[in-house]
Amino acid sequence: MSGTVVRLKSGFARWSWPLTLDAFGAWALAVVWIAPLLFAAWAAFHTPQAALAFDVHAPLILDNFRTAWSAAPWLRYLLNTMMLVTTILAGQLVLCTLAGYAFARFPFPGREVVFYLVLLQLFILPEVLIVENYAMVSRLGLFDSILGIGAPYMASAFGIFLLRQAFKSVPKELEEAARVEGCGWGGVLWRVYVPAARPVYLAYALVSVATHWNNFLWPLVVTNSTSTRPLTVGLSLFAAPESGVNIAVISAATLMTAAPLLIAFLIFQRQFIQAFLRAGVR
Amino acid sequence: MDSIEAFQRRRMALYGWMLATPALILLTLFAFTPTVTTLWQSLFSRGTARRPQQFIGLDNYAALINDPVFWQVATNNLIYAAATIPVSIALALIMALWANARIPARGVVRAAYFTPTMLPMIAAANLWLFFYTPGLGVIDRIAALFGIGATNWLGQPDTALAAVIIVTIWKEAGFFMIFYLAALQTIPPDLREAAIMEGAGRWTYARRILLPLLMPTTLFILVNALINSVKLIDHLFILTKGGPNNASKLLLYWIWETAFAYFDRPMAAALTVMVLIVLGIVAVIQFRALERRIHYR
Repeated sequence: MSGTVVRLKSGFARWSWPLTLDAFGAWALAVVWIAPLLFAAWAAFHTPQAALAFDVHAPLILDNFRTAWSAAPWLRYLLNTMMLVTTILAGQLVLCTLAGYAFARFPFPGREVVFYLVLLQLFILPEVLIVENYAMVSRLGLFDSILGIGAPYMASAFGIFLLRQAFKSVPKELEEAARVEGCGWGGVLWRVYVPAARPVYLAYALVSVATHWNNFLWPLVVTNSTSTRPLTVGLSLFAAPESGVNIAVISAATLMTAAPLLIAFLIFQRQFIQAFLRAGVR
Repeated sequence: MDSIEAFQRRRMALYGWMLATPALILLTLFAFTPTVTTLWQSLFSRGTARRPQQFIGLDNYAALINDPVFWQVATNNLIYAAATIPVSIALALIMALWANARIPARGVVRAAYFTPTMLPMIAAANLWLFFYTPGLGVIDRIAALFGIGATNWLGQPDTALAAVIIVTIWKEAGFFMIFYLAALQTIPPDLREAAIMEGAGRWTYARRILLPLLMPTTLFILVNALINSVKLIDHLFILTKGGPNNASKLLLYWIWETAFAYFDRPMAAALTVMVLIVLGIVAVIQFRALERRIHYR
């Protein structure tokens, strides 16, 4: 008995000494990880000279934000991004719900094969197909339109997979009860399956919005006017080395464009992280 | 009776197809057709105003294989994958262990690790510009404290790719941490106590108990990291543009450049086919793992 106590004690000793070290390491890494953002914040509120000189006594100024704000149509870009993420999300919710329902509950011939074809899209990334997708979007007359940026992402294999799994885990008794009360297939979907999968919808929506808010390459390819360009593309044009804008103004513009999602993340941190956990891949 | 059942079955099949059709149409338009036309395009010559496109078989592929730039870009991408994948996975695991340990202000630490995930890659690149500025940037300032002179991190072939790699690791490690964190929380605390009882040290516990239990998560993250090593190239547009002298050029960036800066669509298609083959191999690995999950329910 006393032997166990001694062993436990020595065991705990061997486990607990690194705890302070752990805290120290965790904090050090956190500081390193957040440093780029902190330095950008520092630069954004100082003159370029003071920012690069790391002059602690230099006064805080807002000129960089003013310069950045007036140099590009940010509000328009922001509006475009918001329309883009809304369009994509709306399309995804409708298409993936219907397809997920089909794959979960309707035994149709060829279902397995078609489902694997759908899953292929997890690997044939829309990003990799930019060249031919560009040709396709142009052929459909969707070049330089919000719908054109969003269309390749709407039938998301990942969303279909996620909702199929969620629908499959709904007990059949719930469906049968709804049928007894006179619901058709549409009613069952709307009254039983969609409410049951609500957490999955929320998770998927957060991941989708975060992904497409930050997406860059495809929107760069398929837009060429201010009226469709999202924030990321606008920011890249603004900050391109050849535009000759100084680092303090670039920092201000970067913070401005990243702010909406960052603030949303800080407020809804728990939900965001839960969402990413639940949704896995994008 | 039989005919009613058959009728029911046919109706279910019809509904199933109808429900899946809208998604299948879009997938056909933006995934399947482009894959096929990419293959087809890659077999043609580049058309000009005077000379229309001609069928040239595998000549584009031959040209690529004889092009030293192709081998350089492919090597760059291999280095990019070989560096970002293990380092960001290892960092993610360390982060998750710390973010799961009982330390003060754990929430702040967790948020700090995760924040880069919420930034667009373009914004991340802008933030890092400030670090890499020769002489005046943060890194050179710190180097100067140790008597090291100014370095043009982004402008010289020796360091440009490494600079790009660091930004990618910074961006994705916190994202991968989340999955480890989720997995860690499903491991019963009894296991840890039992390990202490048995007098096992931290390393033994980590090696013999934690790592095996985290294996499925590691596989999942690995597939994501593999895909990211093809996909995450946005920061090149800000930091290096693939230069200097192709030193930091990656495949997807080169595809973009070939198609939209040099307007050589067939060559870009041939490059895309090569990337698709690599992704196909990843897909086979993933489907093996996924299969269990699909048939589980």
